[in-house]
Amino acid sequence: MDIFGIPLPALLSQLLLGLVNGSFYAILSLGLAVIFGLLNVVNFAHGATFMLGAMVTWMGFAYFGIGYWPMLILSPLVVGLFGIVLERCLLRWIYKIDQLYGLLLTFGLTLVIEGLFRSIYGSSGQAYDVPELLSGATNLGFMYLPNYRAWVVVASLTVCFSTWFVIEKTKLGAYLRAGTENPKLVEAFGINVPLMVMLTYAFGLALAAFAGVLAAPVIQISPLMGQPMIITVFAVVVIGGMGSIMGSILTGLMLGVVEGLTRVFYPEASATVVFVIMVLVLLVKPAGLFGKEK
Amino acid sequence: MLKKALYGLLLAGLLAAPWLGVYPLFLMKVLCYVLFAAAFNLLIGYTGLLSFGHAAFLGLSGYTTGYVMQTLGLPPEVGLLAGVGASLVLGLVMGILAIRRQGIYFAMITLALAQLLYFVFLQAPFTNGEDGLQGIPRGKLLGLLDLSHDLTLYYVMVAVVVLAFLLIVRIVHSPFGQILAAIKENEPRAISLGYDTDRFKLLVFILSAGLAGLAGSLKALVLGFETLGDAYWTTSGLVILMTLVGGMGTLLGPLVGAFLVIALEDRLGDIGQGLASLTGISWFAGLGESVTIVVGLIFIVCVLVFRRGIVGEIVARFKPLRT
Repeated sequence: MDIFGIPLPALLSQLLLGLVNGSFYAILSLGLAVIFGLLNVVNFAHGATFMLGAMVTWMGFAYFGIGYWPMLILSPLVVGLFGIVLERCLLRWIYKIDQLYGLLLTFGLTLVIEGLFRSIYGSSGQAYDVPELLSGATNLGFMYLPNYRAWVVVASLTVCFSTWFVIEKTKLGAYLRAGTENPKLVEAFGINVPLMVMLTYAFGLALAAFAGVLAAPVIQISPLMGQPMIITVFAVVVIGGMGSIMGSILTGLMLGVVEGLTRVFYPEASATVVFVIMVLVLLVKPAGLFGKEK
Repeated sequence: MLKKALYGLLLAGLLAAPWLGVYPLFLMKVLCYVLFAAAFNLLIGYTGLLSFGHAAFLGLSGYTTGYVMQTLGLPPEVGLLAGVGASLVLGLVMGILAIRRQGIYFAMITLALAQLLYFVFLQAPFTNGEDGLQGIPRGKLLGLLDLSHDLTLYYVMVAVVVLAFLLIVRIVHSPFGQILAAIKENEPRAISLGYDTDRFKLLVFILSAGLAGLAGSLKALVLGFETLGDAYWTTSGLVILMTLVGGMGTLLGPLVGAFLVIALEDRLGDIGQGLASLTGISWFAGLGESVTIVVGLIFIVCVLVFRRGIVGEIVARFKPLRT
């Protein structure tokens, strides 16, 4: 069966690949949005954090023999702790000044982190095996579904929607949203806002690291793997706007799928399609799909 | 008075430098980046717009100049004009899109657009992909001056860069520049005073793009090659660093910053060797390979404790004396 001259299984497998990438975009832009909401910092280091997540996973196996499943928890934990250190030592000094400095500071951080890893491991990629439990593929009749890719999509969506649920529907999330609106007032009600800010940053980084672990078996783990990611995610954020959690998730997924489809129909444009969509959105709806005009 | 003396001294230094044993090629490279950073400073320092995509202009104009001179065989003045023209057009397009959003989004949009252009360069046939353009001829300026002599090219460049610098000074001190300052300090206020701030922002963006393009064209002419690295976002980061280190919103800041950063890139290997023999830590010996780490650290330090930059600090020190 063909659709526009493309065999259906090929189309579906690219669609799945797009969903996998879209899941990463969703998790990363979600983290960016949460951090930006409370800290007023656009975390340029998010791409480097994604890389750290994958790198720590690989190191866990290479140096300590720790497998995929423990690292799925350990890697975000390690990276989250690293985030706490960064927030305490660096970020908290710049909350009161122009947002641009937050971008520049985290940009510097990115260069340091990536540079350090590159000076140790070079720029070539490390391979990481798919965990045994998820290797192979399932025959769905009309296509072969690679188990690991399906797991990535399911795990990412679960994490994304849990985050959405916590922020939008629970008491803790209410504090968080209140802190985004008016930190002074929330502090006056006896809530430890600096602690909340610190943990939010750590959580945002842990999310990116989680995406990194998920990505480890499906992409080349290299010190520079976060670079194309962060710029694409910035475009995603411009398209979706950072105001809405659900908006971030949906925009991320959608753009991943569009990218996957472009790879089928017009491969030359697959690297640029997200940016082209950004241009179109800026022309038609400058505030972004889910954004509010300020 | 003091200022005029300082500028005079700088110019004299520039004119004399090749005779004092400084390599003209190094100086010319510095001059290119000085112009690049000064063009960038027009946005961040005088209008408050952070462009994270200025590499696009450096790359586009470099490729254009290279293509016009190498493949079409046209003289350097045409090459430079073509490069600047291409950057102006790109500045118009990028500007129209980027000014649709404010603040931090402006930075993200320019970054994404520059990345879009980078991918175009990567795939387009005229850039030679990963290899880049090699062996761009320097030609004869106006059919008279043979630019293949480093010294001749050096003095031509000094003239061009000084003129461009004067243009920037003129822009900053013009009524137009004052409106830019108003936009930087308080955009809603400028709007309420009746200024169509978008138009001013777009115009200064195009001007900055054109000047950055001039820097890119000159760079291609001086070095004789053009590669993808110029269009990559690390270059955008580098020009931000130069301006930040030197002092945003000061006229001489980009000059100082560009010189320091290029000198650092050039000498880092030696500095690393020195540190390694001094401290006995062999890791330092590889410092030359790890420019990004050092650049990143300088970024962090500058943002945390040194936001005014070198020239900005000096100006702030001397300000109380003047009043």
